[in-house]
Amino acid sequence: MADVEGAAVPAVRLRQISKSFGAVRANDQIDLDIAPGTIHGIIGENGAGKSTLVSILYGFYTADSGTIEIDGELARIDKPADAIARGIGMVHQHFMLVPTFTVLENVMLGAEGGALLAQGAADVRAELLRLEQEHGLEVDPNALTGDLPVGLQQRVEILKALRRGARILILDEPTGVLTPAETEAMFAILRALRDSGVTILLITHKLGEVMAICDAVSVMRQGRMVGQRVPAQTSREELAELMVGRQVTLDAQPTEARPGAATLSVRDLSWRDANGAPRLRDVSLVLRAGEILGLAGVSGNGQSELLDVLAGLAPVQQGQIELAGRIIDATHPADPADMRQLGLAHVPEDRHRRALVLPFEARENAVLGYPKRLGSGPWARPTTMTEIAQPLMQGFDVRPPNPKLAARGFSGGNQQKLVLAREISAKPKVLLVGQPTRGVDIGAIEFIHAQLNAMKAEGCAILLVSVELDEIRGLSDRVAVMNAGAIVGTLDRQDATVQRLGLMMAGQAA
Amino acid sequence: MNTLPRWVEILLIPLINLSLALCVAGVVIALVGEDPIRALSVMLKGAFVFSGGLGYTLYYTTNFIFTGLAVAVAFHAMLFNIGGEGQTTLGGLGVALICLALGGVLPGGVVILFAIAGAAAFGALWALIPGWLQAYRGSHIVITTIMFNFIAAGLMVWLLSGILRGGNQGSPQTNVFAEETWLPRLHEIVRGLGFDAASSPLNLSFVLALLACVGVWLLIWRTKFGYNLRALGHAPDAAASAGVAVPRMVVIAMAISGALAGCMALNEILGVQHKLVLNFSAGYGFTGIAVALMGRNHPVGIVMASLLFGALYQGGTELDFEFTSITREMVLVVQGLIILFSGALAYMITPWLIRIFAKGATRA
Repeated sequence: MADVEGAAVPAVRLRQISKSFGAVRANDQIDLDIAPGTIHGIIGENGAGKSTLVSILYGFYTADSGTIEIDGELARIDKPADAIARGIGMVHQHFMLVPTFTVLENVMLGAEGGALLAQGAADVRAELLRLEQEHGLEVDPNALTGDLPVGLQQRVEILKALRRGARILILDEPTGVLTPAETEAMFAILRALRDSGVTILLITHKLGEVMAICDAVSVMRQGRMVGQRVPAQTSREELAELMVGRQVTLDAQPTEARPGAATLSVRDLSWRDANGAPRLRDVSLVLRAGEILGLAGVSGNGQSELLDVLAGLAPVQQGQIELAGRIIDATHPADPADMRQLGLAHVPEDRHRRALVLPFEARENAVLGYPKRLGSGPWARPTTMTEIAQPLMQGFDVRPPNPKLAARGFSGGNQQKLVLAREISAKPKVLLVGQPTRGVDIGAIEFIHAQLNAMKAEGCAILLVSVELDEIRGLSDRVAVMNAGAIVGTLDRQDATVQRLGLMMAGQAA
Repeated sequence: MNTLPRWVEILLIPLINLSLALCVAGVVIALVGEDPIRALSVMLKGAFVFSGGLGYTLYYTTNFIFTGLAVAVAFHAMLFNIGGEGQTTLGGLGVALICLALGGVLPGGVVILFAIAGAAAFGALWALIPGWLQAYRGSHIVITTIMFNFIAAGLMVWLLSGILRGGNQGSPQTNVFAEETWLPRLHEIVRGLGFDAASSPLNLSFVLALLACVGVWLLIWRTKFGYNLRALGHAPDAAASAGVAVPRMVVIAMAISGALAGCMALNEILGVQHKLVLNFSAGYGFTGIAVALMGRNHPVGIVMASLLFGALYQGGTELDFEFTSITREMVLVVQGLIILFSGALAYMITPWLIRIFAKGATRA
């Protein structure tokens, strides 16, 4: 722990913070000092206790024991209002904005100042102008929030916090939804805020970001603070080892590709959502046996819709899909069961909503989408489910290997391993994988990547959708980039540099 | 994180809720100047001990089992079927049409089989329409099932004051069915076996209700259909991803739910009234919601909850007889309190229990 004796009074000082949920110690005697006017990173795997810790600081939870000092003063923070009164602001991973409000209305929300809106609105407008000039936080106050790109929405969240007088800003996984360019812009804002004296607490799992922007970084593992480092004097590898507790290979290892025949062909696929907005525009791609095609792009640019259409969850409206010799188009539809029948397996992006029934036991989830595994009759015997689930869970090292445990009782990584085990065991010809390592701990990421490479070696054609560029570049033989529902271009692995991909993700042709 | 041990959820919470309701009811009874303890003992004796009491209790229980199961099946698919009243009413119409048309033409046993099918089919139809509207047109099932209750009630008044009114009936009801189509009373069967039994309206439909419990359990927890139904209820998107045809599933789930509600008419119409009358659903369809909630949508729980409500109905009648200051309305207050505490306020005490058990766990 850095010596703060003689230095400025820390903006935040936590001492011996502990918090338990039932038998789980989410935070175990955490000590943390954050120097004022710095960007301080907190990293750790899922379940390491980062979110619990900042939730305690922001008043969502109260600690079982321990003390919080803000600017050297003992603070009692029982609810978010206490935190706000102490000058703490928080930008959540999922924005807390009303999409149908203007930027001005959103910033004003919760601090309207009086029964009539006019005066408050004028005040907020003046305040926004000041903040904009001071920190370079430019947003049109009259724009409808829902129409803004995510990068700007995030700016609105930051403005909201600053307008309430935040001098300590907590950001929870702020870059998950941003393009590389937006991330750079965000970092510039954070640096400017820091230079004007704001203290920033950055929760993230991206080691690269920590190295790029933080002045100090604290590492958590299993509810404990396991170390503090200065980025200049450490490496990603060391941080990863601290997080996981053992050595890990950070980047996926590329393997030799021997692409075979085209397995899945998509021709001129266009798709509109229920509101008539075009989500896919003339998408064409060919997926060959024994290759991984990465689909890069900022989330929300049509990747999810493409996965849905390919999986049979959304009907083909225009264009066609050819899979295993069958043509699927508007007049020859196929539902998810048909697509599975044709040899397509799907690991959905949204694991909790789409891939698993969380209250179901692991063994029940092991047959989700594959009723034939239970036999041909109408019965669904729990014992049969156990017999199916056990080898899957052992083969994919799902821990704990208890088929009767409800899916929601597993960690993100183990849930994902269970889903992968289920889909891969169907020996699919085509595997659609959406965000395979989202919310998955570093240790499991390695395993999942190895499984995908093994599938490729066996001749499976894999479409990998991910917002993690490192993952795309580490695994894919070719990378297609999507922007605004269209495929901007396709690059071979060796040409797919972060810079080029970044430009393409922003819409520039290759 | 905030889960309670199973036995607490299944046993302790309902017991606490029941006790709370009885305490408040006791206060009300004390306020009108009666002895709450004596009232409780009269209720219990009336429901289980007095001659014929148990038979009446089980007769009411039968109604609650059917309507409770109906709510539970729909609820496993996350559908809130509030149309039990209307579906039961239509079930009664199905029974009546079959019995009036075939009674005396075919042997009694065959007619009974057809009547069972008729009750289920008509109830299913009445639930299937709101189900279809929800699945394919997006009309909310809660709204449509409630509206269908009114439509059913109106339809019945129209039919029973018109074409279905029996020739020698002065009131809106059908002619009495042929006697061989009546469901046998259980006390007659027991007497036939050489034992003594007090008369009660309890009939063969009680056995049918218990069979329905077994059937629902098998369907929900042991078949692929039930598996898909539960997947749909817990995670509609995951079910769709898995290839479950969600809209069709919604329609089928509602049809099964409606069929079970329709079967309540077997007890009332085929077992007791032997003719179609107005308003025989008498609120059982609504109370089925409380029964399902209290029984946690599981057949075993539903039987227990139905028994409780059956005992309340029967014991309540006894209270009415026994005490001059306790009227029929007073009994409804007691029943209402139990529905309030075990239905609407079912989870009122859980946060406190979670806190108590969390403390216990940290100490351990």
